[in-house]
Amino acid sequence: MTGRLRVDPIDCAGHGICAELLPERVTLDDWGYPIVDGRPIDGELLAHAKRAAAACPALALRLERGRE
Amino acid sequence: MTSLIGTNADWYLMRASGVVAFVLLTCTAALGVANLARVGRRPSTRTVATLVHRNASLLAVTFLLLHVLTAISDRYVHVPLLAAVVPGVSGYDSLWVGLGAASVDLMAAVVATSLLRARMRHRSWQLVHWLAYLSWPTAFIHAIGSGSGTGTDTGTLWSTAVYGCCAVVFAAAVVLRLGRRPTVGTPRARPAVAGSTVPTRPASLAGAGPAAGRLPELATVGSASTLTPRRSS
Amino acid sequence: MTLIDIPRTVAQLLAPAPDLATHLAVHGPTPAIGTALIPAAHAADVRGRGGAGFPTARKLAAVAAAAAGRRATVVVANGTEGEPLSGKDKALLTLSPHLVLDGLDAAAGAVGATRRIVCIERGNRAVGAAVAAALAERGDPGVEVVTTPRRYVAGQETALVDLIDGGAGRPTLRRPSERGVGGRATLVDNVETLAHLALVARHGPEVALPALVTVGGAVTRPGVQEVATGEPLAAVLDRAGARRPRAVLVGGYSGRWVPAATALRLRLDPASLAAAGTGMGCGAIAVVDDDSCAVVELARVAEWFARSSAGQCGACTWGLRDMADATGAVHAGTRAPAAPADIRRWAAMVRGRGACKLPDGAAGFLGSGIDVFAEEAAEHQAGRCRRADAGLLPVPTPEAFR
Repeated sequence: MTGRLRVDPIDCAGHGICAELLPERVTLDDWGYPIVDGRPIDGELLAHAKRAAAACPALALRLERGRE
Repeated sequence: MTSLIGTNADWYLMRASGVVAFVLLTCTAALGVANLARVGRRPSTRTVATLVHRNASLLAVTFLLLHVLTAISDRYVHVPLLAAVVPGVSGYDSLWVGLGAASVDLMAAVVATSLLRARMRHRSWQLVHWLAYLSWPTAFIHAIGSGSGTGTDTGTLWSTAVYGCCAVVFAAAVVLRLGRRPTVGTPRARPAVAGSTVPTRPASLAGAGPAAGRLPELATVGSASTLTPRRSS
Repeated sequence: MTLIDIPRTVAQLLAPAPDLATHLAVHGPTPAIGTALIPAAHAADVRGRGGAGFPTARKLAAVAAAAAGRRATVVVANGTEGEPLSGKDKALLTLSPHLVLDGLDAAAGAVGATRRIVCIERGNRAVGAAVAAALAERGDPGVEVVTTPRRYVAGQETALVDLIDGGAGRPTLRRPSERGVGGRATLVDNVETLAHLALVARHGPEVALPALVTVGGAVTRPGVQEVATGEPLAAVLDRAGARRPRAVLVGGYSGRWVPAATALRLRLDPASLAAAGTGMGCGAIAVVDDDSCAVVELARVAEWFARSSAGQCGACTWGLRDMADATGAVHAGTRAPAAPADIRRWAAMVRGRGACKLPDGAAGFLGSGIDVFAEEAAEHQAGRCRRADAGLLPVPTPEAFR
């Protein structure tokens, strides 16, 4: 089971929680907005990715499930 | 109806759980509002605040449930089940209990939509969440009440202190929110820039492009804005 | 805006034919070939001429697929031309509106569209009049004309869909070919692309499709030229009367700066331009010469970029603002030694982070500009500039969002 993270740049309000919860895949730019690594996520990291997506106050961070 | 525990325990439990639920409601609301106002420069602060906001709200609901159940079961107050959720039908102290019921309804709407957040449109969720601003004052008035009803503890030193603090905290959060132009949410809120160091385009447009002469040019260019953007560290 | 007279070719976009009679005399009637347009467009390799260069046949096929599923579709002719350097769409609509409308009809026939819409920027009387007159001549009440605000992002296809639907005109993440005007599958094509489709429908896929370019900046004969694919850029610049070019901006404000030595060796075809790290874009070209200060131009356009942002996406709203302030600081020579490095870093940071390609455009323009004009930038930072502000690049104030 894998997934990829994507951020909707319009909905994103730059809270920065995603970068706190998933620094392996999300870093913040100079303005506090997330730069999301689009590489596939699997294993233990997937649970953290789910948490990060659920924690987003704007629901801008989305986890796209896939079979790869 | 027999009381849950016996003798006056229900009565005290009801009052105690009510106070605790209210304090937790205040914390939840204050954290939510402060987060929106971007209090706290470090993302870790705001992350913690958001997560505590969510957990505190669930804890508040737990104590609220206890408060409502003990109010129903208590022998002295005779609050029927319906009155706990429908404002105005309680025979006992109907105004103040009614306010409590209203507050329960509002909080239930906010919490329910938040639990189902992923399954609904963000805009709808946002609109319902704004009801939280109404649920706190409703709960506050219910808590302090008047007369010997829900406002039993009003006037005692401890209740004044507790409710007073809650009021101050909530008011402070709201003032903070109103005072800070929201740098969170839509960046559209950023005000237009002013001032300039770059000169305007010269009027003589020899060799200018096809748009020349047809549109007004930028009068001023560049400079620092009045709001500095948040940096990541 | 002037036109350069060049030898006629078989198929011509800018043969002056604003009235129907002349149009039919020059081009002949455009046959209704229905869905056969799609394979023809594919064979002719028709590409979007609005800037992205996306293969038009693919877009047509996507929308046609929706129509096959019994869903009503819409076609939109994008004549808004918000790129300040570009004048080709205005030229095309004033000189050959019937060719564009033929293309619109051909596209509508290929995708089974029930609505045909032409979009033009408001305030442009000549274009508005030409389109209205052409529609009246054709006696076709079914084509709607929608005017748009004077704003760069208004011409972005998702923003355009939003404007047509009565919105404020901010870009969205919904693909028009899936959910466009009124929720229906929509084909949005630049007017030059539609003109190309008309030529393909008329002459078949083997037709040599000309391209339109606009040349501005330090030239004595600015304006729109009709060229063949693969035309040497040097010939285009020569025709425009470029004097001692120092650097050339290829692809409009969303393009890149190229030093003159490189530019003069380029040909106007995708391969040659790609090798130089750039592309045709909307075909707008600007020249900067030896006597003109380039840094002030960079600063002004940087500010234009910042003000053009729809303010939806954080990286664009803040990033373009910071890049504009940094470029302004370079120009003013204020103590900001890190400014050029900041501009490069932020350019890399904003690329691909918006809902539309505005931040990418700013990143390309300023990133390449700060490199090509590095020497001049350093002079400015040392407090000197030995060149004059020639006002080469137009910077119209974007209309505010409501």
